[in-house]
Amino acid sequence: MELESKIPAGPLAEKWTRHKFGLKLVNPANKRKYEIIVVGTGLAGASAAASLAELGYSVKAFCFQDSPRRAHSIAAQGGINAAKNYQNDGDSVFRLFYDTIKGGDYRAREGNVHRLAEVSVSIIDQCVAQGVPFAREYGGLLANRSFGGAQVSRTFYARGQTGQQLLLGAYSALSRQVANGKVKLFTRTEMLDLVVEDGKARGIITRNLVTGKIESHSAHAVLLCTGGYGNVFYLSTNAMGSNVTAAWRAHKHGALFANPCFTQIHPTCIPVKGDYQSKLTLMSESLRNDGRVWVPKRKEDSEKIRKGQMKPTDLKEEDRDYFLERRYPSFGNLVPRDVASRNAKTVCDEGRGVSKTGLAVYLDFADAIKRDGQKTIEAKYGNLFEMYEKIVDDNPYEMPMMIYPAVHYTMGGLWVDYNLMTTIPGLYALGEANFSDHGANRLGASALMQGLADGYFVIPYTVGDYLATIGSADKLPVDAPAFKQAEARIQDQIKQLLSINGTTPVDEYHRKLGLIMWDYCGMSRTAEGLTKAKGMIQQLKKEFWSNVKVTGDGEEMNQTLEAAGRVADFIELGELMVDDALNRNESCGGHFREEYSTEDGEAKRDDENYAYVAAWGYGGLNQPSVLHKEELVFENVKLTQRSYK
Amino acid sequence: MKVNLKVWRQKNNNTAGKLVEYGLDNISPDMSFLEMIDVLNAELIRKGDEPVAFDHDCREGICGMCSMYINGRAHGPQTGATTCQLHMRSFNDGDTIVVEPWRARAFPVIKDLMVDRTAFDRVVQSGGYVSVNTGSAPDANEIAIPRTIADEAMDAAQCIGCGACVAACKNASAMLFVAAKVSHMAVLPQGQAERKIRAERMVAQMDAEGFGACSFTGACSVECPKSISLDHIARMNREYLGAKLTSENV
Repeated sequence: MELESKIPAGPLAEKWTRHKFGLKLVNPANKRKYEIIVVGTGLAGASAAASLAELGYSVKAFCFQDSPRRAHSIAAQGGINAAKNYQNDGDSVFRLFYDTIKGGDYRAREGNVHRLAEVSVSIIDQCVAQGVPFAREYGGLLANRSFGGAQVSRTFYARGQTGQQLLLGAYSALSRQVANGKVKLFTRTEMLDLVVEDGKARGIITRNLVTGKIESHSAHAVLLCTGGYGNVFYLSTNAMGSNVTAAWRAHKHGALFANPCFTQIHPTCIPVKGDYQSKLTLMSESLRNDGRVWVPKRKEDSEKIRKGQMKPTDLKEEDRDYFLERRYPSFGNLVPRDVASRNAKTVCDEGRGVSKTGLAVYLDFADAIKRDGQKTIEAKYGNLFEMYEKIVDDNPYEMPMMIYPAVHYTMGGLWVDYNLMTTIPGLYALGEANFSDHGANRLGASALMQGLADGYFVIPYTVGDYLATIGSADKLPVDAPAFKQAEARIQDQIKQLLSINGTTPVDEYHRKLGLIMWDYCGMSRTAEGLTKAKGMIQQLKKEFWSNVKVTGDGEEMNQTLEAAGRVADFIELGELMVDDALNRNESCGGHFREEYSTEDGEAKRDDENYAYVAAWGYGGLNQPSVLHKEELVFENVKLTQRSYK
Repeated sequence: MKVNLKVWRQKNNNTAGKLVEYGLDNISPDMSFLEMIDVLNAELIRKGDEPVAFDHDCREGICGMCSMYINGRAHGPQTGATTCQLHMRSFNDGDTIVVEPWRARAFPVIKDLMVDRTAFDRVVQSGGYVSVNTGSAPDANEIAIPRTIADEAMDAAQCIGCGACVAACKNASAMLFVAAKVSHMAVLPQGQAERKIRAERMVAQMDAEGFGACSFTGACSVECPKSISLDHIARMNREYLGAKLTSENV
């Protein structure tokens, strides 16, 4: 398959403008004749559904939560980037573009990333107009802070609840369209299949989570805004319900899955405590603006701390190793996430980690409190400190926080072209669900930017081009055989899950899968480990389908059944991630292969052989996936070894 | 530690529910309350019994999905925290813990501890927004907003819509939830154009949903996981009265 990225020709800064002019338009009076399905109501989904409804399209929006306001975008803490240059510190659209390409370790498309940087400024305008209460200076103008991987302050924030405020903004815009009758909302409804006929996406099959009813929904276009697949690791900072099912089932119908092994391990999370742990909690990266990361210089001191014989505050300054400041003097504690995470793992592997498990490093605010006073620190991070105290039962104003990396975001996702269309015509992927903008590593405060860019400012232009091409008559009725067959397929799968009646709860398989992924396809990977992991996942899959225990029945609220379907898909995805990681014989961004590193342990890219997007096609049940390559073309940036020293 | 649970079990909205007792051993004080329920559910599943249905998602106190009424308090004994942020160290070894769903006419039970809170969505749909289409916004720094005003708006805007205020109120009133949204937008310059109609419509929808009246006991604010202040209710009352007296709309 020839992958056509459809990146427009011409100078980088003019591509999007020219492209927009070239796109076909749908007459305002005709827009209501087109139906668009939006799956997921996070930043990408809610903003897309609202914006498309404002244009006049008939929209159906779906979410598995009880309200669109609960989508996991709500948990993003630190902020959203925009190239406003309000701080007069040298920011520009090109610099945001450059930082994002470099931060992504040169594995993202130039055209997409530049467009993202361009529209970033409009996002802030839009959100402020909606009433999003961003932080402000005393003069009343917007405040900014800096984030990892950048040397300018371009991050807008609303205390430590930026994602919440942006999502509530998009949710309010969506709610307005629901009231106007332009959006029909389906909550507690999960997409279980995509319907494709004549090579085009025609609609979806859903399960009403309250009644268990399987239903068909037909449309001219389907937008998957279903977030990332970090929960393949079981323990992650994702919400418990975040899953890959919608994207994975679209993949099985022919949508290619790109760079699945590119996952982001966030450096500042609260460390794991016990086997019962159900999820991990992130502490915003913005904390690294004022917190200093360290471990004891000597193993012996770490041991004493682990055993409780010594407090970290007792350790003298000269006995501490501020390892990020030491190794990366120019970026210090603000190196990108992948670099910060890997370094934390290294010092813990050396036996210098703290906490009972030895898998934690300190994030220390003592100097910042001394410099700015506790009040200032409280104003900046108050809710984060509170959250930490609630979970760990320790006061971070007095004792340094303990942090450790955790799975946070997935850069990989469904392959999309410049119009955000997948390899199935009429099927789009927005936000974290697609792969396009962050390369092999996402910079902090860029996820919110991308979700809203796709939903507010990209899809309203690009979807019209497709709709104008197919015409409003090109839609399948829900009683068509394609829908009925898909419904029957889903009914069969549900019956199968309920009939296994084994002995082991779903969560246990999920936990096992997570451990395999974390150990062999996590922060550092080897060919040997990945090969082993593949066998283990295949074995796990067999066990799951022969011994999983799903209680209850399909015609009612059944959370175990929901989880079973999701875990079944995660197991299949896990295998693909391992294949992808094995295929990529280089280290880049979040993908670190031990065999490919420099002498001082930094990632070693192979631009000659791997400057491509690995887009995988589904090969069929228990068949190998098929690799397609989209070569990445760099016309505006020079590929260099990423250095934050 | 050991705990004795009394959990509300109800098959669906058409069936009567009852409290069922479960004993759990080997609970770690560092477990979150929901992780303790996970342990219970795993045991139930192994025995072939149906696990307890409950709403939860982010498990870090921001999505507003979790909603348990624990020992007679919304979100349990802690203040300023959601159920998912509650840890077993807040209880003593051997404690009996009663777990119920939110109780309110406007929040019908779906199953066990899960209730239907779509009434909140409909209240927001009635006016909880600034009408601004994508693309028509002026530059973000065009309007200066004093920091104190922005902070006041943020204090109200941080409501997570969990419904604890309703569950804690003896009248099952939704005043704190609605007031937080009305107040957030009433103090900001962006909210001025629709200020009156918003207050009128949101209050009308709140009443239509069957929430009770407010007798200003303050239980809502005490139990609110985001500690949203009663001041916002006072402001909404003023907004509503002002809107009614000078109404150009309804």
